[in-house]
Amino acid sequence: MFTIIKRRELNPTVTELCIHAPLIAKKAKAGQFIIVRAKEDSERIPLTIAGFDREAGTVSIIFQVVGAGTMQLNSLKEGEAVHDFVGPLGKATEIEGLKNVCVVGGGVGCAIALPIAQALHEQGTKVTGIVGFRNKDLVILEDEFRACCDEFIIMTDDGSYGEKGVVTAPLEKKIVEGANFDEVITIGPLIMMKFVVKTTKPHNVKTVVSMNPIMVDGTGMCGGCRLTVGGQTKFACVDGPDFDGFEVDFDEAMHRGTMYKPFEAHAREAECNLLKQEVQ
Amino acid sequence: MPNMDPKKCPMPSQEPNVRNKNFKEVALGYTEEMAVNEAKRCLQCKNHPCRSGCPVEIDIPGFIKHVAEGDFEAAYNVIAQSSALPAVCGRVCPQEHQCEGKCVRGIKGETVGIGRLERFVADWYRNNVHTKPTAPAPNGHKVAVIGAGPSGLTVAGDLAKLGYKVTVYEALHVAGGVLMYGIPEFRLPKDIVQHEVEGLKELGVDIETNMVIGKVLTIDELMNDYGFEAVYVASGAGLPRFMGIPGESLNGVYSANEYLTRVNLMKAYKEDSRTPIMKSKSVAVVGGGNVAMDAARCAKRLGAENVYIVYRRGMAELPARKEEVEHAEEEGIVFKTLTNPTEVLGDENGWVKGMTCVEMELGEPDASGRRRPIVKEGSEFVLNVDTMIMALGTSPNPLIRSTTPGLDADKHGCLITNGPDGLTSRPMVYAGGDAVTGAATVILAMGAGKEAARAIDAAIKAKEQ
Ligand SMILES: Cc1cc2nc3c(=O)[nH]c(=O)nc-3n(C[C@H](O)[C@H](O)[C@H](O)COP(=O)(O)OP(=O)(O)OC[C@H]3O[C@@H](n4cnc5c(N)ncnc54)[C@H](O)[C@@H]3O)c2cc1C
Ligand SMILES: Cc1cc2nc3c(=O)[nH]c(=O)nc-3n(C[C@H](O)[C@H](O)[C@H](O)COP(=O)(O)OP(=O)(O)OC[C@H]3O[C@@H](n4cnc5c(N)ncnc54)[C@H](O)[C@@H]3O)c2cc1C
Ligand code: SF4
Ligand code: SF4
Ligand code: FES
Ligand SMILES: [Mg+2]
Repeated sequence: MFTIIKRRELNPTVTELCIHAPLIAKKAKAGQFIIVRAKEDSERIPLTIAGFDREAGTVSIIFQVVGAGTMQLNSLKEGEAVHDFVGPLGKATEIEGLKNVCVVGGGVGCAIALPIAQALHEQGTKVTGIVGFRNKDLVILEDEFRACCDEFIIMTDDGSYGEKGVVTAPLEKKIVEGANFDEVITIGPLIMMKFVVKTTKPHNVKTVVSMNPIMVDGTGMCGGCRLTVGGQTKFACVDGPDFDGFEVDFDEAMHRGTMYKPFEAHAREAECNLLKQEVQ
Repeated sequence: MPNMDPKKCPMPSQEPNVRNKNFKEVALGYTEEMAVNEAKRCLQCKNHPCRSGCPVEIDIPGFIKHVAEGDFEAAYNVIAQSSALPAVCGRVCPQEHQCEGKCVRGIKGETVGIGRLERFVADWYRNNVHTKPTAPAPNGHKVAVIGAGPSGLTVAGDLAKLGYKVTVYEALHVAGGVLMYGIPEFRLPKDIVQHEVEGLKELGVDIETNMVIGKVLTIDELMNDYGFEAVYVASGAGLPRFMGIPGESLNGVYSANEYLTRVNLMKAYKEDSRTPIMKSKSVAVVGGGNVAMDAARCAKRLGAENVYIVYRRGMAELPARKEEVEHAEEEGIVFKTLTNPTEVLGDENGWVKGMTCVEMELGEPDASGRRRPIVKEGSEFVLNVDTMIMALGTSPNPLIRSTTPGLDADKHGCLITNGPDGLTSRPMVYAGGDAVTGAATVILAMGAGKEAARAIDAAIKAKEQ
């Protein structure tokens, strides 16, 4: 039973669930993910392991409610259980030996960036955190980031909190000023990661991106999660999710992410109606 | 007096134009009367050549004799001595190459419908005999099985009957392997597979789903920390192959594994399913095996107007079961044999709009003994499709071998075993089924499980002394 031990709403559309899954908690590493099915008839959706407690045997996930699958997950209460929870899947982020890293997160991607920033901090790496949100109401995990970053910058699109603008502006500034990052690790919307790579590439700062293609099994069985990296086909669920940002074909990845848009819109509406009925 | 009708009793089936719009089982099964009549066609040959064609050597004339006498329970007990999954094998075995391929009635007319009779007996038993198996007294030994496909389920059942405490670890959220995620409902109803799984649970087998071995636990942990004395690896051959031609990452290109998993395991064929699948108009399935037939027939049932099988050799070389090819043709699947794709074409928005193909002709036999297809000069043409499904074969997933030191595999990634016992290069680690042979058949996977169960039992008993 994958019981929900704790549930926390981080902002109006982002929820954290802490789930009892002792075997996964024992093995999990920053950068890995799980696949969850909220209910018996739910689809399989991948979510990054946002945190784990090996002693308590719990794994946390932080997700944005964007469609039917995440709505179903979000409808579960503390004490209830998710139907299926499998992991840890994918490769852990490689952090060994890094001395000076900039972690760039966007939106809910910050939930994925946080455990990596924490792991870096724990091994003594100097961590610069740059995170971006659309506005103040959407800011999540600020305290957690501050606790593990040597320097921390918040950007909002509308300037309602932190600095106004996109994450690439302070990143460019830091690099130009001679921050001398060994590596930039970026996680967020594909379009943001594409622009982070555009920013770092001219300066030749190694950039690792965390890819999130549409997945089914998460074990290398379906090939649905394939990406083109350096001209080769890679399966994100087993070869990734982290890849060398300079090599990833972002345009293709963005396009593949839209494969089921009409279905998803329909499913979202149907789920909304269902939830409304349950409330009445 | 045997029934000397030269033809098999036909299988009652849904009409092609009805069934190609639903996912219910195509073949409806014999009535008792049909089964008895068909059984009477068996000549009860003394040297029973049919038996040598069956990989697990079911006593075919023996069970058929009981059917002819109307004693279906006795017939079932004969089959059960050799096969753990008769309801499955009766439906999906390539009988024309196996048992029925050797049947003497095939010399002058049609063979005895051995598969159909086996299916009948298994279905009759499931529907009429409800004695629950009783878990035998535990013998105090623990065995772990990785993968809940036909091979893993067979080992689990055989060892449980000997008193072993067996735990089956399965990566997906349901047990059954390809029987659940690959082979569609209209060919193998999922209730039948789950009935087999339930039977194992009643024998005391623990089935732990959502457990990706190599990730959440390793084989070494199972043996060192969890007290399993032996491990049987039955992780199948689930890694899909692509062609490596341009355009394979366009939207609308699937591996057959993805397509079938969405449709079968995730039930995308149901109106209210949460898992999306493309609503295609014209579909090309590349390949000629059972997997290709299944994908094509699923696409048709999901509403595609044109469905093509694109295969580089000829009709005679199609590796699929004969019955599946016939069913596919009846359902309106178009066979473009001696054809090979060279490029997937995309529209300006990155969706598949067609594929370039070349025609082939058959040359000299190659290493496999099959005539090698060679490209016909200047034969290029474009096939207009919006979906392309690659059914080009699969190989074993590297996860287990890459997380188990000392577990040897060949250059195709198949685990190496010391012959039929299934012992790998690691002591007390056995393997069988597609993980060892590469993509093969249900009956071979099951047969490997039977052999390995015997070997594991012998090895554990030997240690005890
Ligand atoms: C390795 C990985 C880690 C991820 N980690 C997180 C995370 O920590 N937090 C978070 O909020 N989101 C994460 N995602 C994205 C998350 O999986 C999707 O938001 C979710 O599947 C959407 O499902 P839905 O049914 O609610 O929305 P839908 O309306 O069905 O889809 C919305 C969009 O999400 C994407 N998506 C849909 N289905 C899938 C799927 N099966 N697999 C992947 N993407 C899909 C598509 O781009 C789609 O357009 C991750 C994705 C991957 C691949
Ligand atoms: C679409 C399709 C149609 C087919 N049609 C026929 C047919 O008509 N007749 C016929 O005889 N054969 C057919 N086959 C082939 C047949 O299904 C296989 O040969 C057979 O299922 C192999 O059995 P197995 O137990 O070795 O492996 P599988 O059935 O593949 O089962 C392996 C199981 O192991 C699990 N697994 C894998 N890795 C791990 C891991 N690391 N940890 C835990 N679990 C893991 C998988 O999820 C899977 O459930 C077909 C195959 C396909 C794909
Ligand atoms: S198991 Fe398969 S090969 Fe053996 S008798 Fe039955 S149908 Fe024929
Ligand atoms: S070969 Fe055919 S006729 Fe002879 S025993 Fe076998 S099934 Fe019967
Ligand atoms: S999700 Fe199926 S191969 Fe990656
Ligand atoms: Mg969805």
